[in-house]
Amino acid sequence: MAVPIKPLAVSAYTVTSALGHGLDAHLEALTAARTGLRANDFSRDALTCWIGRVADVESTPIPDDWRHRDCRNNRLAWLGLQQDGFLDQVNAARDRYGASRVALILGTSTASIGATEEAYRRLEDQRIPPDMREPDIHSPHSLILFVADALGLEGAALTMSTACSSSAKVFASAERLIRLGVVDAAVVGGVDTLCDSVLYGFNALELVSPEPCRPFDRTRNGISIGEAAGFALLERAAARPGAAQLIGYGESSDAYHMSTPHPEAAGARLALQDALDRAGITPEQVDYVNLHGTASQKNDDVEAGLIAQVFPDHTRVSSTKGFTGHTLGAAGIVEAAITLLAMQQGFVPGNLGASEPDPVCGPQFAWRNETRAVNVALSNSFGFGGNNACLAFRRGGV
Amino acid sequence: MSVLEIFIDGAGLWSPYAARFDAFRHWLESGMIDAPETARPPAERLPANERRRAPEHVLLAIEAAGQAIGMSGYDAAELACVFTSAHGDQAITDYMCATLADDPTALSPTRFHNSVHNAPAGYWTIATGCRAPSAAVCGHRASVGAGLLEAAMLTLADERPVLLVCSDIAGSGPIAEMTGSTQSFGCAFVLSPRPGPHTLARLVLHPTHGGERAPAGASVLPPDWSRANSTAADALPLLMLVAGHGRQHHLPAAAHMGLEIRREVLA
Repeated sequence: MAVPIKPLAVSAYTVTSALGHGLDAHLEALTAARTGLRANDFSRDALTCWIGRVADVESTPIPDDWRHRDCRNNRLAWLGLQQDGFLDQVNAARDRYGASRVALILGTSTASIGATEEAYRRLEDQRIPPDMREPDIHSPHSLILFVADALGLEGAALTMSTACSSSAKVFASAERLIRLGVVDAAVVGGVDTLCDSVLYGFNALELVSPEPCRPFDRTRNGISIGEAAGFALLERAAARPGAAQLIGYGESSDAYHMSTPHPEAAGARLALQDALDRAGITPEQVDYVNLHGTASQKNDDVEAGLIAQVFPDHTRVSSTKGFTGHTLGAAGIVEAAITLLAMQQGFVPGNLGASEPDPVCGPQFAWRNETRAVNVALSNSFGFGGNNACLAFRRGGV
Repeated sequence: MSVLEIFIDGAGLWSPYAARFDAFRHWLESGMIDAPETARPPAERLPANERRRAPEHVLLAIEAAGQAIGMSGYDAAELACVFTSAHGDQAITDYMCATLADDPTALSPTRFHNSVHNAPAGYWTIATGCRAPSAAVCGHRASVGAGLLEAAMLTLADERPVLLVCSDIAGSGPIAEMTGSTQSFGCAFVLSPRPGPHTLARLVLHPTHGGERAPAGASVLPPDWSRANSTAADALPLLMLVAGHGRQHHLPAAAHMGLEIRREVLA
């Protein structure tokens, strides 16, 4: 069923997370093995947990033209768009192709639900208070409504909201739109922000760790929630020779449980195979896999088992959620960006946080940073509802 | 710009006015309304215990999906699916925001995991044993067009049949004023890249600049049905095309982009 794809150039990319604003800040923190997690100072009656909070979101206003769409999520989106010269790259693509020939596809799980939460805390006569009576800000699509205007894009515009696989699946949607000639380029990515819904929600599910998360540690005890914004610009390969490339992707469903992964990783295995088939590669050719690795008991157990079965010893694998926390709907783009950065810089990020590896983990695990060429890499993302995605990239110039 | 040809192999519908696509078609032809006997969508594809517990938004989407799949003759387990909704589960949004404002530690874990936009897709794939790709998308007031474009891309790029489900429930609590959704409306289509024994319509989609909704003309549809929410407003003309009424429709798919849809005669 998997139809091989023509590689797409990743012409530009950027990420903003608890590790800092932009790629340089990420490279610096990753190579220094320094986490961005800190004790929870976000929720009102502070839950005992650690979070990946982005600095300066509160003090970064969005431009005056869009004051009516002001909220934490759009502030983080705006902050993220301004890093790494990304706005210039999108402007150039818009000039080159035309505003209606560039798609915008972003993943988000929470969108601006934080603003709706605030409105409910300040209800007046059981109504949303007048200063927040703005339908666009209470929509699951609010992120795109803001970013499309901010970037001046007038093409296809879609919110992908499949929980924690959201901003990985956007690469697949964009590839199809470009392949079928509906657009010539696409801005993809995702933004999710800290809010009460996710902090108290994951807490209610007893999935939050009281400590910084420790993916694949034998005694791991839950996730750390983070927030992030990340974006990438995709074009046909010929438009940007030498750029890193998206060479494949896979998507699947678990058909098992709303919030627990399939015990034999049935869905994750299909997504992985789909990505390999579309890219036309074998597991032996994969240098690095950025794992979903949330540090929840079940997820890590299932994913480590799959890696041990599929990949040779020389493939390196790690979760980077010990650095950023689990950024939910933004996890796909954050980890795609980290994967691209690792390829560009020739290193494998270590699996930060684990001091005692779970015995289920095979020899593929990179427990500490390694310096090595990464020519082909994958990034795994799995979400609630049993929604799986796997992305395949090739280093530029290979 | 590209021209995209798809075939519709099944259609489902649940609304206060008509509970099946056949009832809708009958009503277009005879003017006789065949409203559902119950407000609760039966959603028979769900196991009985899930059916009792599932939120209305899930039941609505699953009912429409089940009807469309049943008509298409395809095996639900094999079909990729795209679920689109302008507002997601507004009842859960209202519950969550009210509870978080009042006593955040009292939040129900089940309602939280049902709050994800892809909850209907999750319930559907679990109930039908479907391991194909599933998506949950949104395009605000252009959600039907955005979902149709995503489903058509999947159909044509991977040459596979795809289930598209479009649904929104009525708003409740303070959020209802923001969404303006007054009634539940769900429909579903099975898209295919080629005609088959169950094909209902052959549609040519032409992406165009301009995301505005076609002005409401002298419609045969009851005004409050068309105005129930943006999903109903956009899906009803599409259902009419599939039912063989009208030849052309402009469907918004984003703020500045739409799909010019032309129904062609089936060969």
